[in-house]
Amino acid sequence: MNSIQKNRIYDQAFKIWGIGCTLFGLILLAVFIGDILIDGIMRIDWAFIIDLPSRKAEKAGIYTALMGSIWILLLTTVIAFPIGVAAGVYLEEYGKKNKFSAILEINISNLAGVPSIIYGLLGLEVFVRIMGLGASVLAGSLTLSLLILPIIIVATREAIKAVPKSIKDASYALGASKWQTIWNQVLPASSGGILTGVILALSRAVGETAPLIVVGALAYVPFAPESPMDEFSVLPIQIFNWISRPQHGFIENAAAAIIILLLITFIMNGVAVYFRNKWQKKLK
Amino acid sequence: METVIEQIPLDKIVDPSLKKKPKIEVKDVKVWYDDFNAIKGIDMDIKPNTVTAFIGPSGCGKSTFLRLFNRMNDYVEGFRMEGKIKVNGDNIYKKKINVEELRKEIGMVFQKPNPFPKSIFDNVAYGLKLQGITDKELIEERVIDCLKQVALWDEVKDDLKKSAMALSGGQQQRLCIARTLAVQPSIILMDEPTSALDPISTAKVEELIFKLKEKYTIVIVTHNMQQASRISDYTAFFYLGELIEYGKTKTIFTNPEKQQTENYITGRFG
Repeated sequence: MNSIQKNRIYDQAFKIWGIGCTLFGLILLAVFIGDILIDGIMRIDWAFIIDLPSRKAEKAGIYTALMGSIWILLLTTVIAFPIGVAAGVYLEEYGKKNKFSAILEINISNLAGVPSIIYGLLGLEVFVRIMGLGASVLAGSLTLSLLILPIIIVATREAIKAVPKSIKDASYALGASKWQTIWNQVLPASSGGILTGVILALSRAVGETAPLIVVGALAYVPFAPESPMDEFSVLPIQIFNWISRPQHGFIENAAAAIIILLLITFIMNGVAVYFRNKWQKKLK
Repeated sequence: METVIEQIPLDKIVDPSLKKKPKIEVKDVKVWYDDFNAIKGIDMDIKPNTVTAFIGPSGCGKSTFLRLFNRMNDYVEGFRMEGKIKVNGDNIYKKKINVEELRKEIGMVFQKPNPFPKSIFDNVAYGLKLQGITDKELIEERVIDCLKQVALWDEVKDDLKKSAMALSGGQQQRLCIARTLAVQPSIILMDEPTSALDPISTAKVEELIFKLKEKYTIVIVTHNMQQASRISDYTAFFYLGELIEYGKTKTIFTNPEKQQTENYITGRFG
């Protein structure tokens, strides 16, 4: 066997290994989704979505948890979006490049890797106890905002970095101030990238369980929250709660709720991909 | 190395436009990027309603020098400058200068066409909107006028709403010139404006530059020797951060004083 044949075999071998690795994750995900669908799809109907929780599995619905998740999602967006984007714009456009900013940068990246339960403990101390917000939707949203801020900041910076310098130059050369350039050129050109990052961060927030448990989200709430100060539950906690019950009916409920939660994250990711593609086309 | 500047006594000048005060006066300007001394002490006067070409090999400092006039180097990290530059008699590096106002007076066209990812109309109108002009009729009038000045109007008048990114490179560059004119500057800086264009588009832009000098003072950086000799009235040759020779284009190209200038122009180096 000469070296060319040998190389060809290596080539083939790596290709097969690569296909295997790629399929490994996908197949596991497919098996998981298939399993969940078999367990839960029959349980999903309109009543399941609008029913309040109950001790009886066949009567229980996800209404309060779903509403809690939507409340959390909206409030988190309102809090984290402006703060994260503004911080990203500051760091990229205004911040001077020195040692301090380098340390800041590394720490923001590090924050993105801090376990979420740590954020939960921080939220418990600062928002629930010191600020006295209690186990409310607002406290939960603030905690999740902290959790996803680093992701939004990093995404914003990346999106702004991708704006060609020539566009900024052109704007400045026409007599634009820094803020005019950012508002009229940089933000519109990077909006797709920023939105993608924000949506992906939010889709992570909607699946978070640990920090909300620490903050005090309840496994059982009889009513959907009506104000930011109300107690709440969210879908992941509802799922967690049902899975720990012995009756088979609740397992079905959990599977059905997982389908709903997956649907929400898939839709959010789909929207993010749509914005990213649209944005890439625009800049070309 | 000493710098040579063409000195003509004012009373001997026949051309009346030259009697006017210089548009740009440069006095002993030095520039550093961190430790690198990019400009090593240059004096120069640029006359109104003329085209002045900056030539020289890559890295000789001509683009840096050009960008001093509208303070675009301010954004470069490590940039440091000494000396004085006066535009219309005003020192533009004094502390209280309004950089935004300065850039309305001195427009700039870049090497690569860089239209905004917006419509053709919005590209030209952008500078006006920056100034807070909201009068729609005035904006429309100015946009049309500027597109006509750069001879782009007939090509785009039916699709002003179309994205500027869909235009050809040559059209984009003329659009960028129109965008600059809309702000009504008196000086236009051009940093190799045709280096990314095909020969036909280049010819159009050159024709335009020739026409524009009636109203504007134009300073152009170019790598193209023929272009400098075709369109400019004055030529400045830079080498390693110094102004080697500066004078009438005809003199520089036919009878340069310095050996270095002759070597560069005849293509023996650079």
